[in-house]
Amino acid sequence: MAYKYLIIGNSAGGIGAAEAIRSVDAEGSLAILSDEPCVAYSRPMITNLLTGQASFNNMVYRSSDFYTENRIETLLGKKVAKLQPSENKVTLDGGEEITYEKLLLATGGTPFIPKMNGLQKKGIHTFTTIKDAEEIRGKIQQQEIGEAVVLGGGLIGLLTAEALVTMGLKVTVVELLDRVLAPLLDPKASAMVREVVERNGIQVVTGRTVTEVLGKDEVTGVQLDDGRWLPCKLFVVAVGVAPNAGLAREAGLKVNRGIAVNSRMETSIPNIYACGDCAELLDFLSGNNRPIPIWPAAYMSGMVAGSNMAKSPKEYDGGVGMNSMHLFGFPVISFGKVNPTDAEGCEVLSKTDEVRGAYRKIVLSGNQIVGAILVEDIDRAGILLGLMRRKVDVSGCKEALIQDDLGLISLPRAVRSRMFEMSVKKNVAK
Amino acid sequence: MKIQINEEFCIGCRLCEVYCLVEHSQSKDIVKAFKREAPRALARVHVEENGPVSFALQCRHCNTPSCVYACLTGAMHKDENGVVLHNPDRCIGCWSCIMVCPFGAITRDERGRKVASKCDLCPGRTTPSCVEHCPNEALTLVAEA
Repeated sequence: MAYKYLIIGNSAGGIGAAEAIRSVDAEGSLAILSDEPCVAYSRPMITNLLTGQASFNNMVYRSSDFYTENRIETLLGKKVAKLQPSENKVTLDGGEEITYEKLLLATGGTPFIPKMNGLQKKGIHTFTTIKDAEEIRGKIQQQEIGEAVVLGGGLIGLLTAEALVTMGLKVTVVELLDRVLAPLLDPKASAMVREVVERNGIQVVTGRTVTEVLGKDEVTGVQLDDGRWLPCKLFVVAVGVAPNAGLAREAGLKVNRGIAVNSRMETSIPNIYACGDCAELLDFLSGNNRPIPIWPAAYMSGMVAGSNMAKSPKEYDGGVGMNSMHLFGFPVISFGKVNPTDAEGCEVLSKTDEVRGAYRKIVLSGNQIVGAILVEDIDRAGILLGLMRRKVDVSGCKEALIQDDLGLISLPRAVRSRMFEMSVKKNVAK
Repeated sequence: MKIQINEEFCIGCRLCEVYCLVEHSQSKDIVKAFKREAPRALARVHVEENGPVSFALQCRHCNTPSCVYACLTGAMHKDENGVVLHNPDRCIGCWSCIMVCPFGAITRDERGRKVASKCDLCPGRTTPSCVEHCPNEALTLVAEA
């Protein structure tokens, strides 16, 4: 088989690229290949599938005729064995060969499993795919699980725990650091989220990790590094994902933590592009490239890759770590630098409403926003993110930024007028 | 076509909000929309006011819509006419769109299942209701320059 465009990966990055390609080149042959056997779905919704609140049909990311309408051939449930860039070719597990003119690696992330004893036992899961969700759901339906342990108090870990506790399990989250969501939130917001998850029945153990999975063939419990033993029949490892860059590395592409790309999402080898969680994307705050494993960055970097593959030059203007969380309906948004060190000389604005459980913190550096946390009052968070992205000098409106009734009216008129003006023009970025 | 905001002409009367709500009500009747419909429809245009300054803001239907790119489910999308639309049935209330909209033009609809709420440019109308009912041309329709 031969395609003008071959995309490996059928999630946000791959779809973003396919849509961008089709907006430029309506005809060039295009195929999306994925080891997952299904059409693109909303990966974050696997928690909803686990609890039974959503079926797969509720989770599809694009309409049912998306692939046919866009003349995209799907090669699903197929695994790539190797890339052969010198021949513009990929070889599948079964030996089948596919040639391409332009190749995109949108292979996402692989769940990271820390070293511990007893990992070969049955009952250990990661939680990033629909298959993971189906397996865990099947298990809970088939047998009395009772107790579950989730390793990792980051966003995926807490979301997993939320789903499991909703299903009636007794859930303990074990986090190595001294607080949950440590990189995403500051200690105060982290404590507020911890209070919410604990109030909803999740036990949280911080400053500890799992050293051994116990049980004969099947998991019966886990051993913590303080000697404590937690019984469980279900053990979910959710400590994070690492860029899935194995194929690229073996094929000789430059790979650091993720696949190295330039602003056009080109890798170190001609005609091969990478985007999303498998790549190292530009962080517009630091100016450096690093993995930014979030959905919006995957989609946008995919769009840029696709556009360049179809010879419509476009540069990625960068992403930033950003998350919108709503554990047990408790809304929290955070982005950028939220835990500045003293040495960084940042200015911090913050405001707490103890009665309503609301909290807002904005981190400034040189009169520009470099990070923010909004707890409970999340409305209009995007205004702050936009000011940060455009590096707007906010010295004239600092006091207003921290108010929960922040609006465009709070900004200097010149800033607002420019936004209004640009919004009625064609080809406006940002 | 895009809606232009002319803040120097806005008198803060909030008729845009009133008529937006009516347009998005079941009955499209002003009295019924406010007094009889439960839950009451939501306005998707919002007047911001500070002393003598005011303006009405609705979704700008960006050419590069951050909300569409950030949407986890595909609920937020841009149609063939360039209108950014939101399908509440597919929305899971993750508020990613609220996180990324630089105008803060998307709100939370918490009347039932939590979903996002935004301007849809009044499908079926040639002139959006807010523009049509603005008494002072503080909202006008313009061709994209």
